[in-house]
Amino acid sequence: MKEEIIIAGFGGQGVLSMGKILAYSGLMDDKEVTWMPSYGPEQRGGTANVTVILSDKKISSPVLDKYDIVVALNQQSLDKFAPRVKPGGTLIYDTNGIHNHPTRDDISIHPIDAMTATLEIGNSKAYNMVVMGALLNAMDYKLPMENVIKGLKKSLPERHHKLIPLNEQAIEKGKSLLQA
Amino acid sequence: MKEEIRLMKGNEAIAHAAIRYGCDGYFGYPITPQSEVLETLEELMPWETTGMVVLQAESEVAAINMVYGGAATGKAVMTSSSSPGVSLKQEGISYIAAASLPALILNVMRGGPGLGTIQPSQADYFQATKGGGHGDYHLIVLAPSTVQEMVDFVGLGFDLAFKYTNPCMILADGIVGQMMEKVVLPEPRPRRTDEEIRKQCPWAASGRLGGRKRNVITSLELEPAKMEVINHQLQERYRTIEQNETRWEEIDVEGADYLIVAFGSIARISDKAREIAAEEGIKVGIVRPITLWPFPTEAVARAAQGKKGILVVELNAGQMIEDVRLAVHDSLPVEHFGRLGGIIPSPEEVVTALKDKIINR
Repeated sequence: MKEEIIIAGFGGQGVLSMGKILAYSGLMDDKEVTWMPSYGPEQRGGTANVTVILSDKKISSPVLDKYDIVVALNQQSLDKFAPRVKPGGTLIYDTNGIHNHPTRDDISIHPIDAMTATLEIGNSKAYNMVVMGALLNAMDYKLPMENVIKGLKKSLPERHHKLIPLNEQAIEKGKSLLQA
Repeated sequence: MKEEIRLMKGNEAIAHAAIRYGCDGYFGYPITPQSEVLETLEELMPWETTGMVVLQAESEVAAINMVYGGAATGKAVMTSSSSPGVSLKQEGISYIAAASLPALILNVMRGGPGLGTIQPSQADYFQATKGGGHGDYHLIVLAPSTVQEMVDFVGLGFDLAFKYTNPCMILADGIVGQMMEKVVLPEPRPRRTDEEIRKQCPWAASGRLGGRKRNVITSLELEPAKMEVINHQLQERYRTIEQNETRWEEIDVEGADYLIVAFGSIARISDKAREIAAEEGIKVGIVRPITLWPFPTEAVARAAQGKKGILVVELNAGQMIEDVRLAVHDSLPVEHFGRLGGIIPSPEEVVTALKDKIINR
């Protein structure tokens, strides 16, 4: 098992923390994991991305050119990373604000409306967990939900643990957006 | 605190490791991409648990001179910075080396020269391994490629520094500093007591207690004849370190047609390139120097035997390649591939470079 994933969007959308929760969930499931962010000025409102690799075996490069799954949360990220999905791989993107939709026919493409789904839950901060729900469903490797919850607990400071049920609800909502 | 498995950034791991390996004092000044070292230490507040001192100095120059002072008393002290900040520390590093003191210095390299960028680089190889500061001295230079090695090399770095009374540098890059991976944190080893320091470091300026002769810690010796003796002593020590402490890792070297030599995180990108090349039937082996000084000269020479060519992959314009060429002389083609200024090459780019520069040359 090996999943090579990149999550890309605006700084502030929770891209890096979503990657961290995913990586921690993998760690809780006894996998090898790497989490490699784009760092620096991106964090102040530009684009941000994070590469997460989950594997049964020791991971070589934490930096990649091609991905099994690309999650793109704005047009810029979609344009940059859609061409870098491996043939047969998966592209997930939020349709909000997208005017040029991807056209590749050698990958599976899942447009999701994560923004509307998040508004239905009623807490805009849960946006990244809605997206993560969709991502979890798209992965060949099925991460047990109990380990995702453990990953959440490890990633969030204790004072935010009261938000775990909300995050869980958001993940379930996200899963319903993408039926693999 | 016991042994513990965590997910954390390389920089955070350095802070945890410093506390757990019984570090007495950290003196630093923030700079991207290593500011999390100081941040994490401030958050963990070790002065309340182990008694370790954590101090944000007024500058990099102040920080390295605090390290000089702490080291002179036999304490296990360290500093960290990134490329431009490490340049500022060079005078102090040279003094520490000349005074034969143990100290640990972390450089999380970023793109240069000058203030440059904040993205990963390996362009301080020359500075770390060939001097940096003035005079004939060497640091022991360790190059971590994983977050786990960031942890382990804090322990190893202090051990080597005290064993040889010589400063040791961990030469990391922005990738290892910023990425998160699984780490096993070691069981804490307590800070040494004053009594233990006196026993372990008879040279230290740690108080005479009415007993021994005065210890003088200095890098100044106005008489050239005496200074030459000191230099010979240093050189003798460096030869011993070369003999005992050279470290490296080999991957699939046996049976390979081509060799990649790379250090730090770039060795991992190269390892992925090795996997991709193998799928195309190209057999590549990797030699990853772990100690950049002392450089694994003999290991590289041995690994090169029977190979058709070597590609040296570095995030610089060609620095370690000089040591690789010295190791193999002109027995086979040696070429360089690197990206500059903070750009990270993909594994595919490394494969293409291997084909263009070595296989189809």
